[in-house]
Amino acid sequence: MISDRPQDLRTDYDVTVVGGGPAGMAAALGARAAGAERVLLLDRDQEAGGILNQCIHAGFGLHWFGEELTGPEYAQRFFENVLEEDLDVLLGAYVLDAAAGDGVRVASPTVGLATVPSRAIVLAMGARERTRAAVRIPGSRPEGVMTAGFAQKLVNQEGYLPGRRVAILGSGDIGLIMARRLKLEGVDVTGVYELQPHANGSNRNIVQCLDDFDVPLHLATTIAEIRGRDRVEGIRVAPVGEDGRVDVAAGDDVACDTVLTSIGLIPENELSRTLRLRMDPATGGPVVGSAMETSRDGVFACGNVVHVHDLVDHVSQEADLAGRSAGAYATGSLLPEDNVRLVPGANVRACVPHTISTDRTHVVHLRVARAMEACTLRLGDVHERPLRYAVPGEMTTVKVRPRALEGFAGGTLRVDVVPREEGVKA
Amino acid sequence: MSTAGSPPPDRPSGGEVEHRTYLCTGCPLGCRLEVDAVDGDVVEVRGFSCKRGDAYARQEYTDPRRPLATTVAVRGGRWPRLPVKSAEALPKALLSDVAAYLHTLHLDAPVKLGDVVAHDVLGSGIDVVATRDLPADLDA
Repeated sequence: MISDRPQDLRTDYDVTVVGGGPAGMAAALGARAAGAERVLLLDRDQEAGGILNQCIHAGFGLHWFGEELTGPEYAQRFFENVLEEDLDVLLGAYVLDAAAGDGVRVASPTVGLATVPSRAIVLAMGARERTRAAVRIPGSRPEGVMTAGFAQKLVNQEGYLPGRRVAILGSGDIGLIMARRLKLEGVDVTGVYELQPHANGSNRNIVQCLDDFDVPLHLATTIAEIRGRDRVEGIRVAPVGEDGRVDVAAGDDVACDTVLTSIGLIPENELSRTLRLRMDPATGGPVVGSAMETSRDGVFACGNVVHVHDLVDHVSQEADLAGRSAGAYATGSLLPEDNVRLVPGANVRACVPHTISTDRTHVVHLRVARAMEACTLRLGDVHERPLRYAVPGEMTTVKVRPRALEGFAGGTLRVDVVPREEGVKA
Repeated sequence: MSTAGSPPPDRPSGGEVEHRTYLCTGCPLGCRLEVDAVDGDVVEVRGFSCKRGDAYARQEYTDPRRPLATTVAVRGGRWPRLPVKSAEALPKALLSDVAAYLHTLHLDAPVKLGDVVAHDVLGSGIDVVATRDLPADLDA
């Protein structure tokens, strides 16, 4: 899929979308659906689709398309819509900076260095993986240490195996998916080592990626040292106590030639900082209102740039909204106003969007700090509702309708997720 | 021949109660499902907290199936590997054999999404299909 169509850039875009992954494609289509005629989609890669192109496993699309698709299928369906809508697409394009109201400055082999004037900008740059440096694993610095997502690109697109005997640090879904992928390619996987006493990936991936292939999952265990001069020769794995201390002496030596890290994602917000957007330290992304507008007029954001999502379907939904808002803004419509500020409270690390209104229906995403079964979501003392469960590994998504906030004039609402008995109103 | 529906070789017979446990994959609750079976027939499922869990345990005991996704070698394409999937979930016991078979194939670009890469793969009755367009590499 996903060919570059060499073209002359216009000088009067309504909406320019930075990033052609799932968020960017849905945002560009949303902008067109809202009436924006001149829409430009930019990506630095040679193909649109972003990370979906290397996520060859199934598990995408149940919410958006109503059927289970692989990543490449999900990407291709969106890109076919982009082509049908005849949106401008520039690939191999790197956005250097952006200025609200002026547009973006872009470098590409086909257009050189160009400033693209645009009424509205949608930020959809996604996230990148944390690396070994983020967790400071002691030891030497040999070849063979890489992120799980990079190994995924090597295996699934470039056709290289990262090694013959692989250890995986972190039980995030990407690491679990790679354990299965490598086993299917005949590579030995020594195990998945998880610092926490619980797994981060989904139960489905625990069963289908680890148990099915006899890959052991070592909880409360970490890689205490990486050894090897030129190439990884082995690791020392060690138990982690409840106090977080690593007991190196109690550990084991494991021979391997490769270490994959699956230790989380960082929203990619260099451009957001160039624009001096208000940022939320809890999400690592820009503060956004209910139309996915950032703190600067005409700048919108969506997808993993705003907060790390678990499901691409949620990214598409959020990006569709951001794109529609940007399209409406660019064609002269006023954005709806928010009158409620959401503030994370008990057991809530982050909420997106950061503001909502009492007169429209909103989808609010929460990330909880601790797992809870049969709990209660509370919005100040205005509204509460039962949740079957809330776990850190799965974004909690709730729909807030005007009826829920009836009688509330506006202001700040604390968002709590508490055990059910505490949530019962007196 | 398909192994679909045939019992695992280690299954006891002769009226003994066989006991199996599964981790439910339906949601993050991760219910510990327990299955009692006699002569290959499920007689009781315990530990589920919704009907999906009950159905999953029965399916896992009688005919566990998994979707397969891997890649196939391609000549002259933009990428040297083409992502493919089983059009339906395969019997779990066949996964590794099907993957090993697919890794012996060599295709030529271009390929279109949905093209059948392997028909009735290893007699399973299930096709393996391409999951993206892979255009010819113009630079090649």
